[in-house]
Amino acid sequence: MSEFDEARQDPEDAKPDLARRRFFGTAAAAAAVATMVPGLSILPASARSPDEPVTEDQRWGMLVDVNKCADGCTACVDACHEENGVTHHGRPTTDPYWIRKVKLRDRMTGREYGMPLLCQHCEKPPCVDVCPTGASFRRADGIVLVDKHICIGCRYCMMACPYKARSFIHEVTTDQKPHAPRGKGTVESCTFCVHRVDAGGDQQPACAEACQAEGHEALVFGDLRDPESRLYRLLTEISSRQLREDLALNTGVRYHGI
Amino acid sequence: MKTVQYTEVKGWSTGYLAILGVLGAIIVVGLGAAYYMEHQGHWVTGMSNQVVWGMPHVFAIFLIVAASGALNVASIGTVFGKPMYKPLARLSGLLALALLAGGLAVLVLDLGRPDRLIVAMTKYNFRSIFAWNIFLYTGFMVIVAVYLWFMMEARMNRYYKTAGYAAFIWRLILTTGTGSIFGFLVARPGYDAAVMAPMFIVMSFSFGLAIFMLVLMASYKWLARPLGDAVLGRLKNLLGVFVAAALYFVAVQHLTNLYAAEHHAFEAFMLLDGGIYPLLFWGGFVVVGSILPMVLVWHPAFSASRTWLGVASALVILGGLTQIYVILIGGQAYPMEMLPGHEIISSAFFDGVVAGYSPSLPEFLLGMAGVGVALIMVVIGVKVLRFLPVTLADEAVDPHATAKA
Repeated sequence: MSEFDEARQDPEDAKPDLARRRFFGTAAAAAAVATMVPGLSILPASARSPDEPVTEDQRWGMLVDVNKCADGCTACVDACHEENGVTHHGRPTTDPYWIRKVKLRDRMTGREYGMPLLCQHCEKPPCVDVCPTGASFRRADGIVLVDKHICIGCRYCMMACPYKARSFIHEVTTDQKPHAPRGKGTVESCTFCVHRVDAGGDQQPACAEACQAEGHEALVFGDLRDPESRLYRLLTEISSRQLREDLALNTGVRYHGI
Repeated sequence: MKTVQYTEVKGWSTGYLAILGVLGAIIVVGLGAAYYMEHQGHWVTGMSNQVVWGMPHVFAIFLIVAASGALNVASIGTVFGKPMYKPLARLSGLLALALLAGGLAVLVLDLGRPDRLIVAMTKYNFRSIFAWNIFLYTGFMVIVAVYLWFMMEARMNRYYKTAGYAAFIWRLILTTGTGSIFGFLVARPGYDAAVMAPMFIVMSFSFGLAIFMLVLMASYKWLARPLGDAVLGRLKNLLGVFVAAALYFVAVQHLTNLYAAEHHAFEAFMLLDGGIYPLLFWGGFVVVGSILPMVLVWHPAFSASRTWLGVASALVILGGLTQIYVILIGGQAYPMEMLPGHEIISSAFFDGVVAGYSPSLPEFLLGMAGVGVALIMVVIGVKVLRFLPVTLADEAVDPHATAKA
């Protein structure tokens, strides 16, 4: 793990906010008292408190089974954009995509199939390497994000990403979701629905949930380090590949059937 | 050789005010264009999620590369001890500062959030070559400013050689950094090559010298100060060598890329069947920007004429802008291969197809504003400080002419 990642583990270390710390301190004390009272609990058992740093004990990832990805279905794209308030303006070249469906053809066999393409949440993300201000960062649990407060909109991360996973916000944004702030002039990409992940429980990213709801089950989200997780079991049972594996980025998203 | 005398530009002639006015207007229009693009959002430009760096970056990178090249004239005098170049050193340093300032202004004004410049100056990710470049640019400004001060201030004269060496080494590192912006991009087949750094250095030699020669010839003509053939003869021969060297490095860059079979399709795109890009490369950079200028500076039918020398310099600049355009836009337009052995046949996000790009007027105007900033700094600089020698006539600068006399 790099020094950079270490610094990112605890954002409070990087930017001390004493008022916020005091608030969390008080809240934690209140929670401790509250949980001692029988029958009263203010936090779900599995949730990580927002001030608790994420750790390397988890690494979030996804398996895409292209054999199950239905032709013409865009449920994952629609659900993602609905969940995160990603709106289009009828201008295809500048409209953002956090996830998109692509159709590929094997040059030798002619076999065709479709699959969703999203941020691959690399272990060694080129976007993080090149970002001059550190706005592009990778959390200890493997989720690659953009800090919208320090992104200067230079787009070097977009030059560096081998998956074209990032979009620049080309125009004024409206109807933003509180959990997914977006701002004109900054860069954005799939967050693995980090607000859901941080809420804990069995919540999955919106795309995986939508795929499941459609009955396709092409997207399986989970913890790559948890031997009990369905994702882990599937990855040990079936073959999978990384996109651009020649770059040795150790992506968090794996594909089966390509 | 006589002691060189420098003076400011005296008086406020109509011509001087007109130049100031025109450059000022270009800058104001460019600022207006930047405001429009920032206010509306970048959808009003030709840039997109496919081609994320456009015309402003072509101008910015060209100006930044040329800035380090413009300092060469001073370095040849100070570091390599060539006496004829010494009187030109002050203008060379001023031009280097001005070109860098112009390039950076364009780069900053094209950011998605130019208002966050302070963030870029206070938060650094040291794994990013971009972050390193911020230090390289500001360091260059400081070192060249000190170099100029030591040259111009009699009490500090004895230190100017040290400053000159520092500036020379720094400019080499700086252009290495600029080339590495592309060299370090592993994702795209057009970049990801170590040769980018030396190629950018050699391109800077020729672009910077071409601009220096034009500025020198124009200033001495408009100020009616003597400019002898000895100085121009040296500079033009040097320009020819630099142009040839740049051409060689560009050839090596393509050969290096051709070495890997996986890049053959990209090279075919850039050199043969990529539409506008091969046309700009062969027509713009190779023929107009390299071969023609070499003919003009070396063929006896043209080389004695200052007009043709001016044309040659202008063509090198035009060819340079074209080459940066081809590298920058062509490299982004070519689709990235996500999965070896597969082709992408449909995508809502333009995967697998050549991305289109048409520069918009505001982008061009912003780029021109960078040129305006650079030139107005020179015009004001030579007015307020002693950058220009009173004479650059042969007998004043040519040691051989003096010896003969």
